[in-house]
Amino acid sequence: MFPHERKLIRERLKREPNELEWAMLEVMWSEHASYKSSRPWLKLLPTENEHVILGPGEDAGIVRFDDETWIAVGIESHNHPSAVEPYGGAATGVGGIVRDILCMGARPIALLDPIRFGPLEKERNRYLFEGVVKGIADYGNRIGVPTVGGETEFDESLDNYTLVNVACVGIMRPEHLVHSHVTEPGLKLILVGNRTGRDGIHGVTFASEELGENTEEDRSAVQIPDPFTEKLLIEATLEAVYTGKVKALKDLGGGGLTCASSEMAGKKGFGAVIYADRVPLREPGMTPTEVMISESQERMLFAVKPEDVEEIGRIFEEYELEWTVVGETIDEPRFVVYWRGEKVADLPIELLTDVPTIEWELKPYSAERPVETPDVSFGEAFDLVWGSPNILSKRWVWEQYDHEVQGRTVLKPGRDAAVLKINDEYGLAFVADGNPNHSYLNPYHGAMGAVAEVVRNLVSVGAEPLALVDNLNFASPERPEVYWSFAETVRGLADAARAFGLAYVSGNVSFYNEVVDRPIKPTPVVAGLGKVKLEDIPQGAFEGGLLIGVVGLTKPELGGSELFARLGVEGGLAPRVDLEEEKANASGVLEAIRRGLVKAVHDVSRGGLAVALTEMAVAGKAGFTADLSKVPSETSSPIEVAFSESHSRYIVAFPEENLEELKGLFKHFAIIGRTGGGDAVFLWNGRELLRKPVSELRAVHESLPRLLGEEE
Amino acid sequence: MVKFAVIVFPGTNCDFETERAIKKAGAEAERVWYKTSLKDFDGVVLPGGFSYADYLRAGAIAARQEIMEEVKEFAEEGRPVLGICNGFQILTEAGLLPGALRPNRVPRFLCRWVHLRVNDTETPFTSLYEPGEVIRMPIAHAEGNYYIDDPSKVRIVFQYSDENGDVSEEANPNGSVLNIAAIANERGNVLGTMPHPERASDRFLGSEDGLRLFRSMVELARR
Repeated sequence: MFPHERKLIRERLKREPNELEWAMLEVMWSEHASYKSSRPWLKLLPTENEHVILGPGEDAGIVRFDDETWIAVGIESHNHPSAVEPYGGAATGVGGIVRDILCMGARPIALLDPIRFGPLEKERNRYLFEGVVKGIADYGNRIGVPTVGGETEFDESLDNYTLVNVACVGIMRPEHLVHSHVTEPGLKLILVGNRTGRDGIHGVTFASEELGENTEEDRSAVQIPDPFTEKLLIEATLEAVYTGKVKALKDLGGGGLTCASSEMAGKKGFGAVIYADRVPLREPGMTPTEVMISESQERMLFAVKPEDVEEIGRIFEEYELEWTVVGETIDEPRFVVYWRGEKVADLPIELLTDVPTIEWELKPYSAERPVETPDVSFGEAFDLVWGSPNILSKRWVWEQYDHEVQGRTVLKPGRDAAVLKINDEYGLAFVADGNPNHSYLNPYHGAMGAVAEVVRNLVSVGAEPLALVDNLNFASPERPEVYWSFAETVRGLADAARAFGLAYVSGNVSFYNEVVDRPIKPTPVVAGLGKVKLEDIPQGAFEGGLLIGVVGLTKPELGGSELFARLGVEGGLAPRVDLEEEKANASGVLEAIRRGLVKAVHDVSRGGLAVALTEMAVAGKAGFTADLSKVPSETSSPIEVAFSESHSRYIVAFPEENLEELKGLFKHFAIIGRTGGGDAVFLWNGRELLRKPVSELRAVHESLPRLLGEEE
Repeated sequence: MVKFAVIVFPGTNCDFETERAIKKAGAEAERVWYKTSLKDFDGVVLPGGFSYADYLRAGAIAARQEIMEEVKEFAEEGRPVLGICNGFQILTEAGLLPGALRPNRVPRFLCRWVHLRVNDTETPFTSLYEPGEVIRMPIAHAEGNYYIDDPSKVRIVFQYSDENGDVSEEANPNGSVLNIAAIANERGNVLGTMPHPERASDRFLGSEDGLRLFRSMVELARR
């Protein structure tokens, strides 16, 4: 909390808050809980359209899938805790977002985990990577929610740090929607789930500051995961919701009981009384302050009418969960805490929930500058990029996740987007993307690019995009350049979404991501939902005897590319999104899929055309011959054509007889070769640039375990 | 119509899709909380998941719950008892199937589609497969490394193989003795499988090979 905020609190309260009150205010006024620095900009985002049932403002957003089925979706970061204690930090991140979905009345059905680390050459980064993956696996697997995708990236700028984002979707019937706030006084507040301990004290405050040199000291701010209780909470909560007697529901996450109860009561102008001494405790001797701000996991707060308390309680008992009435909602908009009969806190509730925004100084920067494409051979460039940890198959990661549980996973990890079966005819496509290298060079276009890539990934599996959520990972907003890059990012996210007619239904902002004065690159991560007819889903891999077409225009856009990262080239221009072309190509590809013209589709993004083509070969049963000189492009450099990361592009593989019909769907389209044989062959004007057996390329692609020192 | 109980312990998490697969196979199925009686049922399925979070050893705590006494009666009476993944672990822990499921050779969780060679089509669960047929199902476990001192004493039902049915070391995902993926008791009415047939019961999910296991089980329970 800043000095001017303390002053303001004293003025508004007309007295000095006591120790407990200060602790609760500290938590609620933290950046993590209040979004005080981000709110002024987030209002630029479009949040409404015909698909949106519930936009940002509650624990998760809700989207209409069809008349009987709604989808709840949310995204969260657990960066600070994971950087300190990777296993517990990542695991509790999963638990938190799952409860956010659950408390809307939805059954969580899938998770995505975009995770980012420093280079694997360093032991500390391997420790963080392995711990985060195991934390996600142990938690997600035990609660029976499949982790169906995500991203895994490595970059020098994240040395000794990690960005752990997690997105979740849930499925619900419209009549089961439960809001996060009460609309009447006199409701009993039931706390259910785990006992409250001393873990996670000041977790949100810790997440609102930069990490110092010795991060091990902060371990007490990280919560302890208990997936067993979470699984019981999922089933018990849904059973309680289905009674129709739950008036409001929130999970206890950042800010613990203080945040959950004050937001639940205060949102529509009511108040709450909490009897803190009734909270079941894990250890003796805890103070009221510790009880009120503990972030112990796997706890939910239910508001029910007094006459329904026993019925709801019996459901919890059936699942062997401990429950307690810890308070009630009141008419007067105050937040009152009692401890052993004594009033120990009494604040106007809006002092907790209505935190003034802060607008920091903005200072534009530009890391973009023109650079010559280095003189490197095609073979050398290809090997560097194809062998990059960012391009390697992440099978080592997703095979540790139970991505099949619940029996819905139609498209598995490794495809452009996951698809979950919703009913006998339709599936839900789900994907997350971000490109901090592009965002660092140009935050506006990097953000637009993240949206464009999400759209391409959804379209590549045949899905019509439905909605977006965003997770904005940034360094300290008190740095003018960082705050400017944040504002630019939000502008880019807004403009791109508007162009596609899409809305953001939920989101998360994580500031202060820095270790010892080293800010991270701007890292917006966008997750998207789409609806796909199951029969229409194309392949993502090559089979023999097909023509290969490239959709979209390739420009000399190597700034922020994987090739430049591998070569250590700084600068360049980030790829620009041409929204008209991006939209036209998306609808053309969707139309081609609907008409059954294409066998396989893959979007072109990181690593460019060379990587996209090779990925389709190693995923399938056939090699290819592709003449890159035939690619529609604004450059005649083979390196630029192969590795540029221009947007708006797709690769399609299709039978020759569909050529004429397919061509008519696109402005920029060309046949560049054929599938078949056992080799990947790149040509330029008929001259061979590179030829490699697909089996050899596959072996390289699957070599991530070797980078971790494993044999397999 | 024959009716199967899908037993739900605290931490079980494959109960819904298992119930769905049994219904698709033509029988009634009901998820049954572990404190409930099994008297109205014709067969029992112990689904996958993490009963009691796999604290102690996978399946160890569930195996010692009262409901398992009733499951034992089902087994003794010759009625079908199917354990999938964690259910298989519970059956070995309860002594209804021989051997043990140890931590995987590479000691971590592994979720992967595998090929299986059908070795025994004489059980009530495998009568709709051809002997030697190669089928596909996913595995998802950290403790699926089957061990028994004398493998000649068990009825081996499925073995991990390659797509041609070769039961090779390369096709063994977890280190199981003789690539064992599923076994049955001597009488054949108790089956334990590490691969998940309920996740291979829908063409959109990659295979319907698992559905035949449920169809076979339902057909025999009808008689």
